[in-house]
Amino acid sequence: MKILVIEDEPAMLEVIRQSLQKENFLVEVAGDFSSALRKIIAYNYDCILLDLTLPDGNGFELLQELKKMNKTDGVIIISAKDSVDDKIRGLNLGADDYLTKPFHIAELNARIKSVLRRKVFDGKNTLELGNIMIDLNDRTVTVKAEQMTLNRKEFDILTYFMANKGRLVIKDALAEYIWGDYADQANDYEFIYSQIRNLRKKLKEHDSGIEIRAVYGIGYKLVVL
Amino acid sequence: MKLLNHTLLYLSVSLLAVLGLWALIFYFNMLEEVKDSIDDGLANYKMLIIYKAQKDTSMLSSAAFGAENYTIREIAPSYAIQVRDSYKDSLLYSERLNSYEPVRLLTTAFAAEDGRFYELKIISAAVNKAELIRKLLLSLTVLYMLMLASIIAINNFVLKRIWRPFYYLLNQLKKFRLANATLFRPATTTVTEFRELNDTLLSLLGRNLDTFISQKQFIENASHELQTPVAISINKLELLAERNTLSEEDVQTVAAVIQTLESLKRMNRSLLLLSKIENQQFAAEEKVNLNEVIKKMVSDFSDLSEFKEVQLLLLEDGQFDHVMNKDLAEMLVMNLLKNAIVHNRPNGTVTISISHSSFTIENTGEAAPLDPVKMFDRFYKKTADRTSTGLGLAIVKAITHFYGFSIEYHFSGNHVFRVGVTGQGS
Repeated sequence: MKILVIEDEPAMLEVIRQSLQKENFLVEVAGDFSSALRKIIAYNYDCILLDLTLPDGNGFELLQELKKMNKTDGVIIISAKDSVDDKIRGLNLGADDYLTKPFHIAELNARIKSVLRRKVFDGKNTLELGNIMIDLNDRTVTVKAEQMTLNRKEFDILTYFMANKGRLVIKDALAEYIWGDYADQANDYEFIYSQIRNLRKKLKEHDSGIEIRAVYGIGYKLVVL
Repeated sequence: MKLLNHTLLYLSVSLLAVLGLWALIFYFNMLEEVKDSIDDGLANYKMLIIYKAQKDTSMLSSAAFGAENYTIREIAPSYAIQVRDSYKDSLLYSERLNSYEPVRLLTTAFAAEDGRFYELKIISAAVNKAELIRKLLLSLTVLYMLMLASIIAINNFVLKRIWRPFYYLLNQLKKFRLANATLFRPATTTVTEFRELNDTLLSLLGRNLDTFISQKQFIENASHELQTPVAISINKLELLAERNTLSEEDVQTVAAVIQTLESLKRMNRSLLLLSKIENQQFAAEEKVNLNEVIKKMVSDFSDLSEFKEVQLLLLEDGQFDHVMNKDLAEMLVMNLLKNAIVHNRPNGTVTISISHSSFTIENTGEAAPLDPVKMFDRFYKKTADRTSTGLGLAIVKAITHFYGFSIEYHFSGNHVFRVGVTGQGS
């Protein structure tokens, strides 16, 4: 899987690159408009992470170029601009998702995987790990051909962990994922803890072959047994 | 008081003074003129009588005012020398009117052909002053009324027409919003003052618009400039925490720093949101059904309320529709509902009632009321809760203020928040 990261802030570019390499993606980077354009023209990528404000151009223009060339690369806009107008414009121009900075690495992983699934698995939207299979279209979970019932939040948490398998997901990232933006007093760890506890119990009961492990009390990690 | 009525008031008062003064001058001038004219007549008459009396001596013995309006009596020569022509006002009993009527009396003396001296008195009807004043007052009152009536008419038709550009501009200013400034159109007028007003308003609004745009850009830039370093810090720390070389203690320190950065991030976002609301940057408005919004939020929060063992009750007495920004409507309900659930107690309740012009969120919770003055301030916190930014209710306040909603809080054992359209009961 080849991913292009277009970001003008070197430090930001570096952390994204490091994190994506941990996921065994092939990562290429571009720090400005012109080099990004050259790479887009020359190669095909499975997913492009696109910052909107670049020193020598605008991310929207890159998006337009991409669509002109009829390329099917998945595009996730990553921007500090949190305006509805920009979001709508980006999505109308053909971006697959819009992520506002600052984001958690786990969130970025989940979004990239979701875009890749849609691109690669053409409609069939499933995740498999251990004995478990998740159908994201029907929102159903099957373990060894047997249905496992999860409530809405538990289902979301499980898919989030599956996108971040083997990685540390800190509690804040999980809280933000569950509550979304603008939720003041969002960090209700107790609630998250209870959701995780229920999910763990169900995973164990159904012999799913995966486990959510607590890491030093700061977060969790999904491991395949 | 309206501008038109102001003009009317000032005009009617000053007109009364002007008319009164004018009437006074008119009265005295008129009186003087009439007197002069009568006196001239009397002098003329005197000449005629004296001339006639030289020929007709029988005239010399008319001692009383009878059919004639003169008397002649003989006087001593020594007295006659002193007599000068004198005009004075006098009263004469009128048989016809059965009352004393004012007359003008001329007293003079002359020498007849027989060498004797005679005193001649001539009268002429004079102006009845009381009658004159009465008539004058009546006419003036009628004139005053007529003038007032015409001023009102002029006010209503002409002045309204003249001031039309002014009212047009006023209306434009009332509707003016910085967020969609294209709405302002200058008035079409040939009046210099209104043209100047047009130009002044245009340049003033133009300058405001420039400031607004640069402020908006500043907010966006500030957002960008602040969010990126925070993002880098959080993500670097996340990568650091994943390293297996760190001790548990180190990982926990890293997690604590991430948490602090998280609250910085949330605070930054909330502050940006607040300034966006206050700068009226949520222009996209549509007819929002608050019932739908509330139902969506109730379902979103059902998991949390279940976990907190709080029962959510929804009572709908009507459909609450309002033209507003949908994101802001959701934010308004979400902040209030979340507070009601989080600051509740186990086995507590949150009751949401919706009417056609308001909604009320009532929740059980702490037994003490909140500070109704400070609670909507930025960074107001009841407890030293580190996870709270203290901006939730400030956002609620900003949204309600923006749409002219009223927001009331009262404590009746339960905490009750009521948001409603002002000027309408529930």
